Amino acid sequence: MSARPSIAAGEPPLVRVRDLHVTFSGGARPVRAVNGVDLTVGRGETVALIGESGSGKSVTLRALLRLHPPRRTAITGQVQVAGHDVLALAARPLADYRGKVASMIFQEPLLALDPVYTVGRQITESILRHESVPAAEARQRALQLFERVRIPSPERRLDAYPHEMSGGMRQRAMIALALACRPQLLLADEPTTALDATVQIQILLLLRELQRELGLSILFVTHDIGAAIEVADRVAVMYAGRIVEEGPARDVVRHSRHPYTRALLVGRAGGQGEHAMARGSRLRTIPGSPPDLSSLPPGCAFAERCPLAQDACRATQPESVAVAPGHVARCLRTDVSESET
Amino acid sequence: MSAAPQPPPAAGRTLLEVRGLVKHFPLKGKRIDGSPAVVRAVDGIDFQVREGETLGVVGESGCGKSTAARLLMRLIEPTAGEVVFDGMGVGSRDLPLKAFRRQVQMVFQDSYSSLNPRLTIEDSIAFAPRVHGTPARESVERARDLLARVGLEPRRYAERYPHELSGGQRQRVNIARALALQPRVVILDEATSALDKSVEAQVLNLLLDLKDAFGLTYVFISHDLHVVRYISDRVMVMYLGQVAELGPCESLFHEPRHPYTRALLASMPTMDPDRRTEEAPLAGDPPNPINPPSGCRFHTRCAFAEPVCASRPPTLGSGYGGHPVSCLMHEPGSGHSAARAGA
Amino acid sequence: MNIAVDSTKIPAPVFERSPGYWSSVWRRFRRDRVAMAAASVVVGLLLLALLGPWIVPADPYQSSMLNRLKPIGTPGFPLGTDELGRDMLSRLMLGTRLSLFLGITPVLAAFVIGTCLGLLAGYAGGPVNTVIMRTIDVFYAFPSVLLAIALSGALGAGIFNSLLSLTIVFVPPIARVAESVTTQVRNRDFVEAARASGAHAFTIVRVHVLGNVLGPIFVYATSLIAVSMILASGLSFLGLGVKPPEPEWGLMLNTLRTAIYTQPWIAALPGVMIFITSISFNTLSDGLRSAMDVKQ
Repeated sequence: MSARPSIAAGEPPLVRVRDLHVTFSGGARPVRAVNGVDLTVGRGETVALIGESGSGKSVTLRALLRLHPPRRTAITGQVQVAGHDVLALAARPLADYRGKVASMIFQEPLLALDPVYTVGRQITESILRHESVPAAEARQRALQLFERVRIPSPERRLDAYPHEMSGGMRQRAMIALALACRPQLLLADEPTTALDATVQIQILLLLRELQRELGLSILFVTHDIGAAIEVADRVAVMYAGRIVEEGPARDVVRHSRHPYTRALLVGRAGGQGEHAMARGSRLRTIPGSPPDLSSLPPGCAFAERCPLAQDACRATQPESVAVAPGHVARCLRTDVSESET
Repeated sequence: MSAAPQPPPAAGRTLLEVRGLVKHFPLKGKRIDGSPAVVRAVDGIDFQVREGETLGVVGESGCGKSTAARLLMRLIEPTAGEVVFDGMGVGSRDLPLKAFRRQVQMVFQDSYSSLNPRLTIEDSIAFAPRVHGTPARESVERARDLLARVGLEPRRYAERYPHELSGGQRQRVNIARALALQPRVVILDEATSALDKSVEAQVLNLLLDLKDAFGLTYVFISHDLHVVRYISDRVMVMYLGQVAELGPCESLFHEPRHPYTRALLASMPTMDPDRRTEEAPLAGDPPNPINPPSGCRFHTRCAFAEPVCASRPPTLGSGYGGHPVSCLMHEPGSGHSAARAGA
Repeated sequence: MNIAVDSTKIPAPVFERSPGYWSSVWRRFRRDRVAMAAASVVVGLLLLALLGPWIVPADPYQSSMLNRLKPIGTPGFPLGTDELGRDMLSRLMLGTRLSLFLGITPVLAAFVIGTCLGLLAGYAGGPVNTVIMRTIDVFYAFPSVLLAIALSGALGAGIFNSLLSLTIVFVPPIARVAESVTTQVRNRDFVEAARASGAHAFTIVRVHVLGNVLGPIFVYATSLIAVSMILASGLSFLGLGVKPPEPEWGLMLNTLRTAIYTQPWIAALPGVMIFITSISFNTLSDGLRSAMDVKQ
């Protein structure tokens, strides 16, 4: 029986994903983007999904809103969000679910916001779609949202077009739009990747603040471990469509048990303490490159690049092993201590 | 925190010098006072690049670092100022533009659009030598040799097209292409920013190897402070088209002098889950280079700003010793309360 | 000095020497059945045009007042006869020659001229661009039909003058497309990199720009062939193009006008040919565009 991270006793999780598989057809061979992901997000909790390109993190995120084109995508598994069985929703309940129960913010606000409408109009449109309130009240709420996301001169900015705003403000406007109908779950797809450093930290702090104030649950996808540490309570590392390690942020960063996680933490230029790379010395790199998602090996997908790989690793998929309370890793070699990798 | 800052490596002679470089892009329309509107992308920068070093250039959107790179390469003409290479003015009779091109080359950020989709890899790399007169066969041979140097097996990759390669591989090709003319200086404009971290690490290692092998000098432009800290000998911080601070890497990161540098460094996300950032070091967005603030450009967001900062622009100098910084607090006799009286 | 070559030597996906761009375009095109059907029709028409005089069943110029306007299916005249008793089938077949010639030639000439102008304007930018493009805009302001008629009227009737006026009509739109595509390509990083290597502008255009712009311009030009044919037919219909007794579909439509009341099907036949040819060329050009439009 594989272990699962424990959730606060008594509280049912807001998001429960079981054995999620997402496969894209349409090319020469089907692409298996997500291969058996189990994930839970509690109420008021922020979980970060970390991975590089091709890890399946964005695909997982979008599956929670069913944003993938239905004809080319095969999704199996169970996705429960606030009691809704997301994969079984019909068209109309799905449209109700989006925005009201779960909503999403994207990496590039210019692409996510409609350029021909003012941002205020887009927010009120969303409110009016989901709740029957008078237009004036919708506008009032939009104003409050702008204040909450700390947009200066909010009255004036409600009537601005997306291109008239700076990058940081656009991102805040997008967050306001996502929160317009008071969703319980916020899905964030690399929202700070395209921002400058000084703006990025503002947005990360804003997300943390909103989580505290509104009791919001956030699923935060990123490739930047630093950003993940700033916002997340728990962290899940993905590789080749599977979660290879998951646990509280502190545990995963300080005592990582999967070779890939360790390689990610160590191999980057920067970091502090034991992760700092000395200047002049070469960075420790992971040899090889990410696997081809249309032809995955039967065993552990990381085995061909892993310094600890054994034959057993290549034979079958490793199960999730509990290495500490709430901390699991999918690896047969979790017994190897950090200094030996 | 890491150990005390190490002294910079023995400085080589000045290879590239920039004096008073300015680039204004004209805009349609006028400002309120009737003067034509311009984007002051680069508004007077001075610095040197020493032989054999890696000069890191950091800054946020609107700081002008990409424009500065293109001015250095002479891909765009400066509005004012000059670039001097090895004592010779670029574009002058001593150093015509085409000859300068052999000395300084550039690697761009977007690995895909940097390569002609219709040319094979080796043709792309061989293009520059052929332009400069190297016979075709020799150019192709050099291209294949360079491919091997950057870790791409020529037999496998030389006759491929860009779309068949991954981002990291394409960037290696771009590096090979930049080296085809055997330049002395390579400008890397966000060359690794679009790559995955693990691929970036490989490419950074490659850059270091090549630098040793060919005795190159790098100008490394990036917004990623971790990478800049790792790879640079000296670092230049730009803000709104001007140089805010310029100094040895470790001492700049260890003890930043300019308030903007301090805020920028403090904005780097922590890697320590127990010590998360509690307050954003800087509010608001990087300002627009069309209407920069008067006096010191940073004074509108600076925690240490005083009235004098709005009226008197600071100059880049090493006021009290130490590396150059452009701030009235470090300028003797500037009138700022933190500055000592003039010497 | 030992250079640490990084271990990126994972087995690359094994496939043969990569096909060039055009062969992959051809492969994609081959899979598009509709486009292939249109292509076969076009090839058939071209063959018909080439072999016309030798495979016509009857003499297209042989008139006979006795055989005027015989209906379709008359023995010896499978598609009937026209108002002068000439075999419709043979005239239609022979008409392919002239009609295709009038359709393709002006577009080809305009392609060459327009691409040169557009490349120059697009790459040079600045005042050169302004002068060229604004001059072109003047021509562009006229509706193509009116422009063709006006030019033909001024130059006089005849095939050569039709070709000339049609070419002039098509240069502006092609030049516009060429300029627009060139400007896009010019701003791409690899062109900047080529400039950074010190290459002369002409070399850059030849090596880097040309290969990347010819495709889209070519596709656009093929979509103009049908228009050119219809305009030529229109000119002939108005008496400004081909002169009788040459068989040309537009001209045939004109001379068969009055037969609409007695033999409507025959009167419509040249129009049917124009229709088939236009559709085929347009579909072909569409298919080409899809085949070339690949997220590479």
